[in-house]
Amino acid sequence: MNRRAVAAIVRKDLMVVVRSKAVLLPLIIVPLLFLVLLPAMAALAPKLATLPGSSLAGMSTFIEQMPAGLRQTIEGLDESQTLVLLMIVYFMAPMYLILPLMVASVIAADSFAGEKERKTLEALLYTPTTDRELFLGKWLSAWLPALGVSLGGFFVYTLVANLSAWPVMGRVFFPNAMWLVLVLWVAPAVAALGLGVTALVSARVRGFQEAYQLGGVVVLPLVALVIGQVTGVMYFSIGLVWVLGIAVWSIDALLLWLSLKIFRRAGLIDRLG
Amino acid sequence: MNLIEMDRVTKRFDDLIALRDVSLTVAEGEVFGVLGHNGAGKTTSVRLLNGVLKPDGGRCRVLGLDPNLQGARLRRQTGVLTETPAVDERLTARENLAIYADLYGVPVRECSRRVDALLLDFALLERADDKVSGYSKGMKQRLALARALLHQPKALFLDEPTAGLDPVAAHAVHQLIEQLSGEGRVVFLCTHNLAEAQRLCDRVAVLERGRIIALGSPDELARQVGGALRLDIEVRPEQVPAALDLLGRAGLEHVEYDAETLAVSGVARDRVPEIVQLLVDGGVSLYRVAPREPSLEEVYFALHAREEA
Repeated sequence: MNRRAVAAIVRKDLMVVVRSKAVLLPLIIVPLLFLVLLPAMAALAPKLATLPGSSLAGMSTFIEQMPAGLRQTIEGLDESQTLVLLMIVYFMAPMYLILPLMVASVIAADSFAGEKERKTLEALLYTPTTDRELFLGKWLSAWLPALGVSLGGFFVYTLVANLSAWPVMGRVFFPNAMWLVLVLWVAPAVAALGLGVTALVSARVRGFQEAYQLGGVVVLPLVALVIGQVTGVMYFSIGLVWVLGIAVWSIDALLLWLSLKIFRRAGLIDRLG
Repeated sequence: MNLIEMDRVTKRFDDLIALRDVSLTVAEGEVFGVLGHNGAGKTTSVRLLNGVLKPDGGRCRVLGLDPNLQGARLRRQTGVLTETPAVDERLTARENLAIYADLYGVPVRECSRRVDALLLDFALLERADDKVSGYSKGMKQRLALARALLHQPKALFLDEPTAGLDPVAAHAVHQLIEQLSGEGRVVFLCTHNLAEAQRLCDRVAVLERGRIIALGSPDELARQVGGALRLDIEVRPEQVPAALDLLGRAGLEHVEYDAETLAVSGVARDRVPEIVQLLVDGGVSLYRVAPREPSLEEVYFALHAREEA
């Protein structure tokens, strides 16, 4: 394995990504929204709920439907604290997963389809790298930043959540064990999922925008998770998060196998014309 | 010693046959030109010889390696200038070269020195730290050429190397190709520029719809299309009509002329003394008679016309 060449591909793709506003803007705006704005608003939710015309009454039905294990986590908390805990710890959990997915998809679209669009791929194909090394370089150039952003984002989220909810909670309440599993086990898998789907889509399209938009359908299962969580159909428990990780990693393995079959010099250059 | 060999190579893309039974060899130090219209198979040949495409039939060998099986090892020793410069426009010239130095495995301690030397050689040093997006087409082409030479390849594949270059830059590229050839490297030059091929190439292959229709040195090709010469005859201006009349009576009909020069095409070598004698006997004063081999351009169009026929 030519590690220097793989590192050069990663370096090149990242330098190219950070110099494109179209690519960089979603990578800045979405994390800010999910990791700063939303937890800050969640911490303010109890105040909003006490405004005239609002109520926390719906909460009791929701809490009654929760599994016993989860109900234990909110025992002894008042309504405001319960609301903050549920929003920051449970409702936001599936939304957090959108972050690694989005980062990986945007960079992969630029790395795979964007390179084709910019007509720079052919020069890369003439380098003394194997197909595997090229693919690994491209894969890592999207996966590593996605991991970095999701880990960094998690620390920011922890800070913002605890600070903004301090007046209500009066203690450090975040993260819990479920979140650690989510961040360290599921988020890398979800990043690989976004990357895998976008890499496959990129083989069939001509440019970055097309790849990004088509690859974006992969966000739909996460949206389903968010809705399921909010409506009470399902709850992000530690067990569910482990199982979710196993499922996503399995899909990743399949996508990786398919991508490796497609990612061949001859096929890539054929599609360049 | 042959450094490039193609033996009955065929390449298909679905129903299209891009190359059909192509056989050629290129020796050490040789500049080999591949001429042909768009879609003739020039770029496909470069891709096959670098192991980027696989042939459907036949066999390639480059520098003693099989591109199909030893592609990565081979590409360490070949440099390719693609038809479009394919440089990363969001990066600077220095960054472009530094990254490709890593990809080509240039020794780490040599990278910086070699990058600077190439930037200087290709007149890019002053703007080495500017983004390539602000470069002219010629500058991008020079950067792509510098990239192809970063790892000092033994075989160089150049696809339209002077496209978009001004005459001065094109001249510099020609000198570079001559220098590389002088160092014993093999140069595989795909070009539309027939004057360039005539000047640089030891031998050329003319491709037509994936098939080689002629192969040899420009002189050999001239002989293949009949060996006829063009005769430039300079006479006193007032004698041009008389000279035209004499040539017409001798059956020489392909004559172009201006104020004082007649250009007679399709003249067999052994008829030259006879034509001179005819004009002198007819009282025409001759200032200059210059038999000229047909240019590669004339040969090329003659070959294509023959194929069409």
